[in-house]
Amino acid sequence: MSIPAELKYTKTHEWARLEGDGLVSVGITHHAQELLGDMVFVENPQVGRKLGANEECAVVESVKAASDVYAPVAGEVVAVNGELEGAPQKINEDPYGAWMFRLKPANPADLQGLLTAAQYQEQVESEEH
Amino acid sequence: MELRPFCFLEAMLKQTPLNPVHRALGAKMVDFGGWDMPLHYGSQIEEHHQVRRDAGMFDVSHMLAVDFLGEGGRTFLRGLIANNVDKLSLPGKALYSCLLDEAGHVIDDLIVYFMREGWFRMVVNAGTADKDLSWIGGRARGAGKDLEITPRRDLAMIAVQGPNARAKFWQAMPGTRTVTQNLKVFQAAEAEGMFIARTGYTGEDGFEIMLPAAKAEELWNRLAACGVKPAGLGARDTLRLEAGMNLYGQDMDETVTPFESGLAWTVDMNSPRDFVGKAALQQKLPARQLVGLVLVDRGVLRSHQKVITPSGEGEITSGTFSPTLNRSIALARLPVGAKVGDEVKVEVRDKRLAARVVKYPFVRNGKALV
Repeated sequence: MSIPAELKYTKTHEWARLEGDGLVSVGITHHAQELLGDMVFVENPQVGRKLGANEECAVVESVKAASDVYAPVAGEVVAVNGELEGAPQKINEDPYGAWMFRLKPANPADLQGLLTAAQYQEQVESEEH
Repeated sequence: MELRPFCFLEAMLKQTPLNPVHRALGAKMVDFGGWDMPLHYGSQIEEHHQVRRDAGMFDVSHMLAVDFLGEGGRTFLRGLIANNVDKLSLPGKALYSCLLDEAGHVIDDLIVYFMREGWFRMVVNAGTADKDLSWIGGRARGAGKDLEITPRRDLAMIAVQGPNARAKFWQAMPGTRTVTQNLKVFQAAEAEGMFIARTGYTGEDGFEIMLPAAKAEELWNRLAACGVKPAGLGARDTLRLEAGMNLYGQDMDETVTPFESGLAWTVDMNSPRDFVGKAALQQKLPARQLVGLVLVDRGVLRSHQKVITPSGEGEITSGTFSPTLNRSIALARLPVGAKVGDEVKVEVRDKRLAARVVKYPFVRNGKALV
């Protein structure tokens, strides 16, 4: 299973990466894309939208089903990955490269409250049994 | 996001004879109507394209073949199903039909093959098989000694589908070629201990093959050696929807008639024969119809989404992303006033997306029709 150690995770299968410019990139995990199957549609939040932690803010749809994506931490959407609109399969091909949106976190320390790679792995394993 | 945990008691699920093969191939397995079946073997979309462009194979052993043996078969089936078995005079010929209840509602859809007087074979859906058998058994009581109804759980079923499916099947099983190369669509023949029908659920050419369970793995491996790739239930669903074929339990069930399900062509109302549900169908005009939808806006249509039309509201019965058309398509049950070419709105989450009413099938033999 692919769970990069340097990222932070949510119980709801999003990953968050603190970038050098202080922004937080958000995507969905390898485990999530594997369960959902071939991605066919991505709907990202509007740039400028202010999100609360755990707020429903994006949708990914696979051939099988639609799933909501939640904001890992509170913040303002400053960028969305427009490339995914025409190529949603990039989430399957490279889930940790295919970021969906970037947040300017309301409080950068909030990231510390997210799951570590080890904690996320534990959670995934517990769901499988 | 919320992911439904896949937590079920595997021991409770029924398995086809090919179950170990799917698991060895690393298939993602799901509970489908109580059966442990492969959803895909890696990528559902690649499997879809494989069938449209070349040849793929599906394990459909969860479906049930039922033999009707004895001279009483034709008379019994004439009154049992909505299509007319008297259209079947040439041995090997097959017919698609609905099985209706007294209210004219759909108990199941099926294919019936006429092999010879004294032998008809019916193939019914997996999830409805037990219900069908008890319904059919109930009607058969008093049908006389000339009828024996035998469920064939001893048979496995493999569907080989795609433009190159027949050629690759003959490559794998050369001894069947003489008997099966002149089969027309919806015809079947027996060869080398197999029941081989030129039918399918994908909109492509190909065969559906019934054979003893113990022989299934060998046929599967031979087909694989000839370049036929395994395809799962996921691809089967997108292929059938592109081909405009109904799925029982989704596009029709015991709350609707065939006339409300795009299946009027399968009901024979013209012959004087009586059949279960005929009187009910004669009495009421359908208020709803099944139509095709193509999504104009971006998004994905799904079953149960509400459709808003100038003539009233309707509902999507099956919706998906079409890999061949690279856009979303659906079957929807709308008020009879809705017409081909109409623009309608579909409620998707908090939005109303534009869709167009079209004639279906959407795709046949590899070609887009919309």
